[in-house]
Amino acid sequence: MKSLAELEAIRNKVVSNVTMRKDDHAVRVVVGMATCGIAAGARPVMSAFVEEIGKRNLEHVSVVQTGCIGVCRLEPIVEVLVPGEEKVTYVKMTPEKARRVVAEHLVNGRPVKEYTIGEADK
Amino acid sequence: MKEISLHILDIMQNSVAANASLIELEVIEDVEQDILSFKVTDNGKGMSEEMIAKVIDPFTTGRTTRKVGLGIPLTKAAAEMTGGYIKITSKPGEGTVFFALFGYSHIDRQPLGDMAQTMHQIITSFEDVDFIYRHVINGKEFLLDTREIKKILGGVSLKENDVSLWIYEYLKEGEKEIALK
Repeated sequence: MKSLAELEAIRNKVVSNVTMRKDDHAVRVVVGMATCGIAAGARPVMSAFVEEIGKRNLEHVSVVQTGCIGVCRLEPIVEVLVPGEEKVTYVKMTPEKARRVVAEHLVNGRPVKEYTIGEADK
Repeated sequence: MKEISLHILDIMQNSVAANASLIELEVIEDVEQDILSFKVTDNGKGMSEEMIAKVIDPFTTGRTTRKVGLGIPLTKAAAEMTGGYIKITSKPGEGTVFFALFGYSHIDRQPLGDMAQTMHQIITSFEDVDFIYRHVINGKEFLLDTREIKKILGGVSLKENDVSLWIYEYLKEGEKEIALK
């Protein structure tokens, strides 16, 4: 069973690591979580990102949520923002697709083209 | 929406949008009384009587009031389908209470779904907001108060990978403890 004492140990570990980190190259994963996103399945998608990024310990990546992005029919929508690069918008996401985006885009730096909005209606 | 926990996530987002600093969620499942209910209590900006009438009706909701839309009507329909109802009480400047009741054994009742995922997501997405989460199944209770967690963390972000994963696991274990065998 997880205990609050364990949380304290995690906290201390994080504090000792935090000074070594460079936050100026932060990558952001933005998940649309309005009613449309939630209804289309955004919640498990967001959790898949959080879990996969946590397991791989990608400290430069943060997962955040936003409201309705405006193309409800293509939800769940996820935007990946890498500083210095063009924004990549992924559409009709699933937890499986999310894990692949983490491996190929966030780890290896190659966007998964077939999941992007440009490919959606082809 | 396929799960009640998704409705809950959506309703809590309204509380966040209303600038609440404390959001309490209580989920009660009682097989004997044949009810499943949830109550979201916030200290956000609240609503007038007219506003409450508006948010319940999807067709009179304009785009000017961005924080409302289809979320509440969807929850209302899901509750009424099972012989239940929703009730909103609110006072401008004081906060809002959103209550929804479902018939537990009704064939049309959606499953509660993944509460750990719902709570983990809302807690880690809105760090400035405190959450008190209470889930009771046939009298067995799981309670999580983020004020307690934040006190231990002493300023360390809930979004830190290790912290975030711990919270998720803690919620999953807590839910498992009280689940019906």
